[in-house]
Amino acid sequence: MTDILMPALSPTMEEGVLAKWSIKVGDKVAAGDVIAEIETDKATMEVEAVDEGVVTEILVPAGTEGVKVNSPIARLQTDGETARPVAAPTAPAPASPASPAPSAAPVAAPKPAAAGARIFASPLARRLAAQKGVDLAALKGTGPHGRIIAADIAAATPGPPRAAPPAAAAAPRQILSLEQMGIAPGSYDLVPLDGMRRTIARRLTDSFRDVPHFPLNIDLEIDRLLDARTRINGALEARKIKVSVNDLVIKAVAAALKVVPEANASFTPEGIALHHHADIAVAVAIDGGLITPILRAAEDRSLADIAVRMKDLAERARTRKLKPEEYQGGTFSISNLGMMGIRSFASILNEPQGCILSVGAGEKRPVVRGDQLAVATVMSVTLTCDHRVVDGAIGARFLAAFKGFIEDPVTLLA
Amino acid sequence: MAVDFDLIVIGSGPGGYVAAIRASQLGLKTAIVERENLGGVCLNWGCIPTKALLKSGEVFEKLFHLGDYGLSAEKPAFDFAKVVERSRGVAKQLNGGVGFLMKKHKIEVIEGVARLEKGAPAPKVIIDIKAGGSRTVQATAVIVATGARAKTIPALGLVGDGDRVWTYRDAMTAKAMPKSLLVIGSGAIGIEFASFYRALGAEVTVIEAMDRILPVEDEEVSAAALKALQKRGLKFRVGAKVTGLAKSGTAVSLTLEAGGKSETLTAERAIVAVGIEANIEGLGLEALGVKIDRGHVVTDTHGGTAVAGLYAIGDVAGPPWLAHKASHEGIHCVEHIAGRDPVKLASPIPGCTYAQPQVASVGLTEQAARAEGRKVKIGRFPFRVNGKAIASGETEGFVKVLFDADTGALVGAHLIGEGVTEMIQGFVIAMTLEATEAELMATVFAHPTLSEAMHEATLDAYGMVLHI
Repeated sequence: MTDILMPALSPTMEEGVLAKWSIKVGDKVAAGDVIAEIETDKATMEVEAVDEGVVTEILVPAGTEGVKVNSPIARLQTDGETARPVAAPTAPAPASPASPAPSAAPVAAPKPAAAGARIFASPLARRLAAQKGVDLAALKGTGPHGRIIAADIAAATPGPPRAAPPAAAAAPRQILSLEQMGIAPGSYDLVPLDGMRRTIARRLTDSFRDVPHFPLNIDLEIDRLLDARTRINGALEARKIKVSVNDLVIKAVAAALKVVPEANASFTPEGIALHHHADIAVAVAIDGGLITPILRAAEDRSLADIAVRMKDLAERARTRKLKPEEYQGGTFSISNLGMMGIRSFASILNEPQGCILSVGAGEKRPVVRGDQLAVATVMSVTLTCDHRVVDGAIGARFLAAFKGFIEDPVTLLA
Repeated sequence: MAVDFDLIVIGSGPGGYVAAIRASQLGLKTAIVERENLGGVCLNWGCIPTKALLKSGEVFEKLFHLGDYGLSAEKPAFDFAKVVERSRGVAKQLNGGVGFLMKKHKIEVIEGVARLEKGAPAPKVIIDIKAGGSRTVQATAVIVATGARAKTIPALGLVGDGDRVWTYRDAMTAKAMPKSLLVIGSGAIGIEFASFYRALGAEVTVIEAMDRILPVEDEEVSAAALKALQKRGLKFRVGAKVTGLAKSGTAVSLTLEAGGKSETLTAERAIVAVGIEANIEGLGLEALGVKIDRGHVVTDTHGGTAVAGLYAIGDVAGPPWLAHKASHEGIHCVEHIAGRDPVKLASPIPGCTYAQPQVASVGLTEQAARAEGRKVKIGRFPFRVNGKAIASGETEGFVKVLFDADTGALVGAHLIGEGVTEMIQGFVIAMTLEATEAELMATVFAHPTLSEAMHEATLDAYGMVLHI
């Protein structure tokens, strides 16, 4: 009998939604057959069978949320086995040679409390945790039945827990219920938090709270850029490729990061990581949230290549078919709300990236040339910087380089 | 060599026999070796028979205060032989009870004297069988639970002779009631015998080398105990060094030195209660390479010794020399041997003295807290304003509690008075569960009880006492 385990679709995945089963009890499956669909915080993925055999049991029904990675989800009878009733969990082997027959199953290893579950902790442990700023939800208790005792607090490191489950990390914001804050029950509809919403809540709360960030604004005249775009698209028409302003922005960002590599960086406790490639994460709004597919090594790509790839990534993002490696691990983010008419805004940093560029709408605005008023198409952008990595001067140098490429796109050829 | 048992326990005191029962519960094939009485000192020669004696003394003494309760009786009297006989009967009953428990749990009882020799996976156990012959058994694990005995100081003549100079054992099986008695040592054992013999009318003087009686207790409790015992007619010499002991056919004389002055005390008998010595001899421990420090087997947190497969628990593994400490260690050790992960929860070890008045304590004394540099909040509540105590005519004593000033953790409790040896358990549970003042304050205490003083003392520590 082989257990099929909940797969980890990405290195950081802790749990997921078992969205759909493609098999039922009695089905024969072969390695590589799609057996289920799993929804993570960002994407829906198909799970393939690794072993061959007959499905004897579905342990987790479709639609179950919060299925822990590596927990058994179904059981397969592999070759050479005869079917037998569901076995009780096998008793663990005695831990010591002098233990011939423990009369009862040992107590299960304590695990951190699940989000929202009651946390068992001694009164003193609770008080010490409050005094030290230790989050009980992030601790494993070593007392009876996994109860958190004073010694566990003494051993814990104070401050915001890194390994806390999402809901626990967000907990300090939810001390008061809506009712307590004066909103009448029944006066609203409650949309349950899905994985993506929880991830957005957790990551952006952490980032906005923990990363010292500041914005830099600059206005760009883009008439020449628009002109170049028209000519480029004319040339690419035969290949049915259309380059967007956003594609040009990606290209210019990549080129500017080559000029100012200090802006393509991440803070780590060991030092500042200077990334070798401009892996540009581009925010794409999708139903129920947003996702940032990544254009890898954008500095080496032609505009046509960028346009084709972005179109594909954005489409697959909207249908939640991105693979984890396609949306994890960017080095610089771009968020463009220009097409929605937003003139200027400042995004929240996407950790561990050192910068995120917020792109506003290109619009005709009066500009001063010499002492004359003139009209130009102007686009405002804001660079949010992680001050631990990118100081004001570095951010300004990056924006100057970026402005040069955008306002005189021919230089992108240099 | 094939293994005969999973576990052999040497010694059947409260450490050993409890360990054996737990081992049997966990499915270990277990044998226990006992050289004398099942149950060890505790229930044959210690905790239990002394409680029987003390009860006789307590009841007798009460007879002289019947008037306080509106009662009277004519000529209270006692039959000393019957008092001792009752005590021996109680011991015998419990000794039989341990035999029954061993049978019930299918633990083989081997009567004889054990010694250890090198073996694997644990040392071999060679037993000189009481009934004759010798037997060698091999187990996967061996627990040494051989306990301790009364300490003697031969250089000063402080050695029991079964006649003029008694150890605890002679003192609880005396043939006749002594008219006068010198008790050397004011720990729990010394004070209990002093209290018992005083209750039956003996002239008792207690000699203590330290500057106060019950020296392990909180200073306030020591002082209150001294006062209460003096009121009962006991005499004390504290800070007194014994320099010599002389015996005659009818008396025993003790020379003391206190404050630079020398003094000689004479009485019919003397009891030596100067401490405890672990039973480490004759087992072959040294030859095996077991580490011994200041007369005790050195063990790790699970009772493990330096020798593979060999464990030690209870008195033989060091202080405090208390039956409940031995049982607790025995269970922990066996669970570890059986591959269990013993519960990680450090219960503090309470201590009780069953004199009149009783003394009970757990955790840090005020002096120890101060020495640690710990800031504490201290609360006290006297029984003299407790309703139940007043109704019972038992108003002596108080409850004293210590809380950590920063965390509110209950860190110590010190009680003296009627019934406190039962009340202390409330504080032990609270400390084991890591209670703070908040839980103790929020707990409902039944009325009217002596235990209400526990609540009030807690409230007092935070300036919220109700009935003072």
